[in-house]
Amino acid sequence: MKSFIRSLLFVAAATTAMPAVSADNGEIVVYSARKEHLIKPLFDAYTKKTGVEVKYVTDKAGPLLARLKAEGANTPADMLITVDAGNLWHAAERGVLAEVNSAALQSNVPAHLRDPNNRWFGLSVRARTVVYSTERVKPEELTSYEDLADPKWKGRLCLRTSKKVYNQSLVAMMMERLGKEKAEEVVKGWVANLAVPPFSNDTKTMKAVAAGQCDVAVVNTYYFGRLQKKEPDVKLALFWPNQNDRGVHVNVSGAGITKHAKNAKAATDLLVWLSSDEAQQMFAGLNMEYPANGSVKADPMVAAWGSFKGDEGNIAKAGELQAEAVMLMDRAGYR
Amino acid sequence: MQTVSLKAGPSEARLSVVHTYGWRIAAFCLAAVVAAPLLLVFSGWLQPENQVWQHLAETVLGDLVINTLVLLIGVAIGVLLIGVSLAWLTTLCEFPGRRFFDWALMLPLAVPAYVLAFVFLGVLDFSGPVQTWMRELFGNSARLGNVRSTAGVITVMVLVLYPYVYMLTRSAFLTQGSGTLEAARILGLGPWGAFFRVALPMARPAIVAGTSLALMETLADFGTVAVFNYDTFTTAIYKAWFGLFNLQAASQLASLLLIFVAIALVAENRLRGRAQYHETTRSSTMQRHQLRGVRAWLATGAASLVFGFAFVLPLIQLLLWAAEVFAEDIDGRYLDLLFHTLLLGSSAGLVTVTCALIIGFVRRRHADLATSAAVRVATLGYALPGSVLAVGVMLSLTGIDGFLNLLGELFFDTSPGPILGGTVIALLMAYMVRFLAVAYGPIESGLKRIRPSLSEAARSLGANSSEVIRRVYLPLLRPGLLTALLLVIVDVMKEMPATLLLRPFGWDTVAVRIYEMTSEGEWERAALPSVTLILVGLLPVLLLVKRSGRHQTEK
Repeated sequence: MKSFIRSLLFVAAATTAMPAVSADNGEIVVYSARKEHLIKPLFDAYTKKTGVEVKYVTDKAGPLLARLKAEGANTPADMLITVDAGNLWHAAERGVLAEVNSAALQSNVPAHLRDPNNRWFGLSVRARTVVYSTERVKPEELTSYEDLADPKWKGRLCLRTSKKVYNQSLVAMMMERLGKEKAEEVVKGWVANLAVPPFSNDTKTMKAVAAGQCDVAVVNTYYFGRLQKKEPDVKLALFWPNQNDRGVHVNVSGAGITKHAKNAKAATDLLVWLSSDEAQQMFAGLNMEYPANGSVKADPMVAAWGSFKGDEGNIAKAGELQAEAVMLMDRAGYR
Repeated sequence: MQTVSLKAGPSEARLSVVHTYGWRIAAFCLAAVVAAPLLLVFSGWLQPENQVWQHLAETVLGDLVINTLVLLIGVAIGVLLIGVSLAWLTTLCEFPGRRFFDWALMLPLAVPAYVLAFVFLGVLDFSGPVQTWMRELFGNSARLGNVRSTAGVITVMVLVLYPYVYMLTRSAFLTQGSGTLEAARILGLGPWGAFFRVALPMARPAIVAGTSLALMETLADFGTVAVFNYDTFTTAIYKAWFGLFNLQAASQLASLLLIFVAIALVAENRLRGRAQYHETTRSSTMQRHQLRGVRAWLATGAASLVFGFAFVLPLIQLLLWAAEVFAEDIDGRYLDLLFHTLLLGSSAGLVTVTCALIIGFVRRRHADLATSAAVRVATLGYALPGSVLAVGVMLSLTGIDGFLNLLGELFFDTSPGPILGGTVIALLMAYMVRFLAVAYGPIESGLKRIRPSLSEAARSLGANSSEVIRRVYLPLLRPGLLTALLLVIVDVMKEMPATLLLRPFGWDTVAVRIYEMTSEGEWERAALPSVTLILVGLLPVLLLVKRSGRHQTEK
């Protein structure tokens, strides 16, 4: 019992000795929904170059946003990094991001990949495209996302769950481009063509195609890149759909400066640097994505997948229509 | 009794009244700390979200409720069958390997449910090695059946959750001793009769406590069902939050979950009625029933099967995966991760068990409605999905911080910024709120087995209340306390959502590393931190085993 009390006292001492969040001393505080191994090398490089320290916590976008909102003016965060335009749009909508007027950011990031009101900026681009089995599908058979709803794909399609924001954005942009009724019809067609119930992630979905459980699927390009890196002989290939009309659905990871940033100036400098030629190669390369900055070349392995026409509709729409897209997919029975 | 208080004199009598009130106030304060985040969840109702409700009701809600009930029933049957029967075998029977399985069957506790889920599917799904091998051997039509199914989810859940029932029931059987059973046998009951009519009913508080922990965790679970894409009520909560961007609607749904659990717990209590579970005498030697021949080997087989599928096979697969990425991914920061995991686990364990002990005592002394309601509320946090609870705790902390800042501005002309938010204290508070039920279960079922006459006797012999606690209750509660401590430590080390949201800068744990990998679908790379977590989780389990072993030999 004595040792129990002693350990309790130790805990009390250890925890009260912990410093509370340090206030402004030049370092930048980042809340990130992009994973640590994809951002830390960049922050390390920035610190090495400028001497400015960057502190960060990672979590899912939803909880981070709730935290920013709750902390309000007391937040220690200067920057929010998150994945998917839906989340960025929502953060801006909830009023936690500040407008940033920077000529450098505007020239580095193309207009359709940033907030029309300059509250967030895309930093890397991924396409959500079609992957097919090179053994059982000829690329000529493929045309568009809509075509995957055609009965000829019955029992041959695999999809990831509709609960993932990537699919919500894909459907939201379809609603924007095709109209809501047509989009719902397409999603219903997809559901009717499913070979097996939706998977929990893109990698599993691709592996199902490779193993012969189905023939085509829709995945993010960098997941394909990772699989290819691990299994160079995998009998899968990417196809760029809708090249004769709106183009492939693209999405971004991006960042914004928080409204109550204590260190807004320094954080903006970091954001500009992240969008610059120097950082973009690394930012996209770490995750086998495409740089948002058009003057920077993609990683050779990524470039080898070929060039494509991407959908240039403003990606903010995906956020605006996300809730409706979720409801549409629920109605269509897409789990 | 009266003579004692007369001797003590009026001033001391008053002191003891203050003392008990002090305990009660402490218990109510604890309940308030736990209740604050829960109330914030209920406050979601202040803003009606009819549109979301209408949408959910029209589309997915019916299926989700059915799925959830099926899952709950499946898990309940599974953990009861496996947990109780294994506890019975290892404590009251003798068979080859019993001494090993007695502690080894606790080990699956260290395996996080989401980890077992991704191992299970990684190995057994269509594209996994087993089915690929079957196709190569028996041709393309060879199938294992659908593993991403209801049966699959239930299997995984049962394999990770049965230890709750096993451990609590085991310590109940151990403290029951064989005296009662011998009496039953002498009175003419066979071994089965003795089990069903004496041992089982007497262990009921423990079995119920273990099962309700397992079921609350099932209700709150999101990680495991997400791996299977099996939609439950929790799925609807996250859909409302992350998909429809509607935290209010998510809170409303979550509060329904709480109401459901509260009703279920109260109902069980009513059904149990006024039954008493005090043990009579503790026999010094445990006479185990010797199983022979086929029966003995069946017992060994059953224990090996559960241990193999819940622990050995998953661990082997994880080690194989971890070996692939070991050279690339291991770095010096693993030491930090380990240190944080252990420190947070043990601190939270001590804090939470202390709190549970306080509520346990107060509940035992005061049977009034207010106290039992407060206790009930204090142990509801476990049924809430982790992220929802984490946000609730965070909101109550930022509320306190805001209030302190306001005071600072009013009286001292400064606003110090976040005080609790972003500190270890915030994180410990979240763990306490979440896992109080886990600590309370074993302690309460332990307290129920202690006859009140024991403490009355001690008091009449002149012991004051702290002496009664120290010299009567704590030694008798020891197995329950150790179980509670172990369960909380292991649960905290596995905990993800609150750790992610509330950890101070740099306080990454092993579970955080698992999250970073699994959220990107990099299951194999998640194997390294997963193995680490399981191995770290073994430390407290082994410690408990050593302690409880010593406890038995002491007797």
